[in-house]
Amino acid sequence: MNDKIYKIILFIATLVIPIICGGILYALVTDAYEAFEYFGFFKFLTSSEWRYTEGAEQYGALPFILGTLLTTFLALLFCIPFSLPVALFVGEYFKDTKIANFLSTVTDLLAGIPSIIYGLWGFYTLRPIIMSLNISPQGSGILTASLVLAIMIVPYAASLSAEFIKMVPNDLKESAYSLGATKYEVIKKIVFPVAGSGIFSSYVLAIGRALGETMTVTMLIGNTNNIPNSITSTGNSMASIIANQFGEADDLKLSSLIAIGLILFIITAIINMIGKIMIKHARIS
Amino acid sequence: MESITPILEFKKTCVSYTKQTMAVKYVSAAIEKNTITAIMGPSGCGKSTLLRAVNLMHNLYPNIRVDGEILLNGENIFSMAPIDVRARVGMVFQRPTPFPTMSIYDNVLSGFSLNGIRLSKSEKDLIVERCLKNVALWDEVKDVLNKKGTFLSGGQQQRLCIARALAMKPDVLLMDEPTSALDPIATKHIEELLLELQKEVTILIVTHNMGQAMRISSHSMFMYLGELIEYGDTKNLFSTPRDERTKAYLTGKIG
Repeated sequence: MNDKIYKIILFIATLVIPIICGGILYALVTDAYEAFEYFGFFKFLTSSEWRYTEGAEQYGALPFILGTLLTTFLALLFCIPFSLPVALFVGEYFKDTKIANFLSTVTDLLAGIPSIIYGLWGFYTLRPIIMSLNISPQGSGILTASLVLAIMIVPYAASLSAEFIKMVPNDLKESAYSLGATKYEVIKKIVFPVAGSGIFSSYVLAIGRALGETMTVTMLIGNTNNIPNSITSTGNSMASIIANQFGEADDLKLSSLIAIGLILFIITAIINMIGKIMIKHARIS
Repeated sequence: MESITPILEFKKTCVSYTKQTMAVKYVSAAIEKNTITAIMGPSGCGKSTLLRAVNLMHNLYPNIRVDGEILLNGENIFSMAPIDVRARVGMVFQRPTPFPTMSIYDNVLSGFSLNGIRLSKSEKDLIVERCLKNVALWDEVKDVLNKKGTFLSGGQQQRLCIARALAMKPDVLLMDEPTSALDPIATKHIEELLLELQKEVTILIVTHNMGQAMRISSHSMFMYLGELIEYGDTKNLFSTPRDERTKAYLTGKIG
């Protein structure tokens, strides 16, 4: 009897999550419908106009899609030279030592810092540096946002990669050493290839994090609704245009913002799915 | 026996994992060229530790201390570069360890690629064919050389690992319970192979299996609690063990 009650409670509790997820998707699709119908789905995706003149409203998602993809891609690029050494340090060179534990704790701590604090740091510390280096006049922009974003995703990429590096069997590495390989060769020719798909998937998941990051990017990207013409120029990401304009939006504009939200949802879901599938694959082999 | 220079000689070899305890205590023994020497003993007696000392595996773990000498062709390996030692001393592990991202072909050649030695295609083909024939694997895999090494059965994988070690033309081949993860038929194949291989290479094999020691080895060592208790001709050691502890082990009373 008791068993049955537990089962029912568990079942209901478990059901709630997919229902919420489905509900969010449903709300996004129905509310975005107006924009897609008015502008046409592909037109909306490829238009770079963002005009709210009464009677001649024109909304397109392209600058924001590009802004998001560009900041994410740059963040990934900047993050690799920091996260990969950390992963190697923790997972191979100083595996299971106190200093490695300390380093991985500190790295994981980075993940716990609220994004508003990254935003503040980026705005008041990094932005003046960018200005003083004459990289861009206003300091904010794609580059500034990407740099801070890179620091934010380091812990995700590093700790997961380190796990995969740790999983490379010891006897495999010893076999390579027994054939006369040096540490560098073992890492290059055994550890990286064997842990490769796992490392790759941890970067895919880190991308998933960067895509949706809102607050930090909003504070640093400059919030201009144009297609960025260089990495130092200002722009806007999908998440930051929504954050900036949802309060004052209604009707078609609101629907357009929600449509952008839907696109972001889909892109993030696909990236995360690819990452998860790859991790599963990496664990088996 | 004294007239022949030993290819490998332990001289008061000690290995310790911690400051207090020694895993291998003052082992002295001379190994003759082109023989198979079995190292036996109960779990934790230090037999694997002794074996791993011969190709300086302990260098990888900074906590492990090694004392005494191990002479390879008269030269103390502790004062040689690890890479030179390992090039002359091959090793095969308990679990088959083909490199999973490499093909069968590349696995055989991995000793060269890992050391950055470049070979021409014809040299490579020759080495692969010679080594795989050496381990009686050529006929079974010659059509699937581009498949991954992990695609093979356990016994085939282990023979591939032996081929990989032989490719470097080592003087000594160390084997750490190479058949304990294999079925009886695969074990029999490996044993026959080792008897063949001793013409080319001196083999030191750690084994739990007394039958295996008797079948393939000419000399046997019995280790207990880190000490080399008895070392000699396999037949004599099994039929008339001099030490009580050896006798106890052989009759199943310890271990």
